[in-house]
Amino acid sequence: MSRALGPFAAVLGRDLLLAWRGRADVLVTLAFFVVVVCLFPFGVGAEPNQLRAIAPGVLWVAALLSTLLSLHRLFAQDHADGTLEQLLLTPEPTVLWVVAKICAHWIATGLPLVIVAPGLALLFDVEQGALGVLVLSLALGTPILALLGAVGAALTLGLRGGGMLLALLVLPLFVPVLIFGAGAVDAYLSGSGAQAHLLLLGGGLLGSLALAPLACAAALRIAVE
Amino acid sequence: MLYANDLACVKGDRPLFRGLSLRVAPGDLLRVAGPNGYGKTSLLRILCGLAMPESGEIRWNDVPVNRDRESYHRSLLYLGHAPALNDLLSPLENLRFACSSGGDKVDEDACIDALVRIGLAQQLDLPARVLSQGQRRRVGLARLFLEADRKLWILDEPFTALDVAAVADLTATLSEHCAAGGMVVLTTHQDAPFAKAPTVLDLAEVAC
Repeated sequence: MSRALGPFAAVLGRDLLLAWRGRADVLVTLAFFVVVVCLFPFGVGAEPNQLRAIAPGVLWVAALLSTLLSLHRLFAQDHADGTLEQLLLTPEPTVLWVVAKICAHWIATGLPLVIVAPGLALLFDVEQGALGVLVLSLALGTPILALLGAVGAALTLGLRGGGMLLALLVLPLFVPVLIFGAGAVDAYLSGSGAQAHLLLLGGGLLGSLALAPLACAAALRIAVE
Repeated sequence: MLYANDLACVKGDRPLFRGLSLRVAPGDLLRVAGPNGYGKTSLLRILCGLAMPESGEIRWNDVPVNRDRESYHRSLLYLGHAPALNDLLSPLENLRFACSSGGDKVDEDACIDALVRIGLAQQLDLPARVLSQGQRRRVGLARLFLEADRKLWILDEPFTALDVAAVADLTATLSEHCAAGGMVVLTTHQDAPFAKAPTVLDLAEVAC
């Protein structure tokens, strides 16, 4: 077990260090999220009831778009400099370090969104109780986006115009996450409780955690061949 | 022992070679020769398992490598064209990651010693982006000093961009590895001064 943890920790640690050294990229993603969310009140007007109603959807769509913005970086650098080949030649299962890379990516790009989301929700006058549900839905949902997106990133690795293709490939897959994520807050506000939505998101997270790394590993093998 | 039987390789729709068999026993140094575009790199990538051959089989210690990938890759060290260096990390961090991600226990001092030995004492903590081509190459080659217990080394053009002294040191290291029962498969266009002349596999002979 500890033998397998070594490479997992090595990849996780390295990718987090790289995210820290290249933190400008991470900040751009976060700034994009904040700016997109802030644009909506200007566009739809400052009527409080309307803002309250659209808040969950706006935050979720913005989170989804900013996830998309950073996805292509997940494997691109390692593919270009040959690190990916070396990782594929490690004796440990490919899935192991793929999960480590996705974890590091989520910590660098997804977690900041979860942290700033409640502050932005206040701009939309979302009531206090719903903030917790919003944070929880994002905390469960954004890792799903990272996992599904990683499969797309691996499939489009090294292709010309891969960025556009990646968006077309993964955005439809993000739809269920969007529905249950934004739906959780709506359900809480309408009084029916967010439990069902959150459980479905949790289930989706476990399902994608089990399957996406396998698909990702297979796609990466094809990409280097 | 590495054994390949009746390998064929097709790139796009162009067949590169067919009916290629080779055997590398402990102590052997095999040099894959041939003009550009004859599939030297393709052969090495097939041998290490990054690419699939069109047909044929590769065995490591008499077990087909696709049946026991783990133990094959535990004994294999492949250094390809790309040096696997991240520009934001220092040579030391890159080297440590290369070893630890492969599941090898690495000692910081051993990494430093390897980098000093290969001539990067001044560049230990600089980001890799400021290194020259030859220096980048050396960071990858420093792994050879650390991972001698990996029996099979597959090296793609290891001498490229190295100066004369470095080439001499590298050939000595390779000869040492073979003398200790290791195996080396490499491609090169240069005439390196090996103590014992390597076996040569000329891809022009099996080209389609």
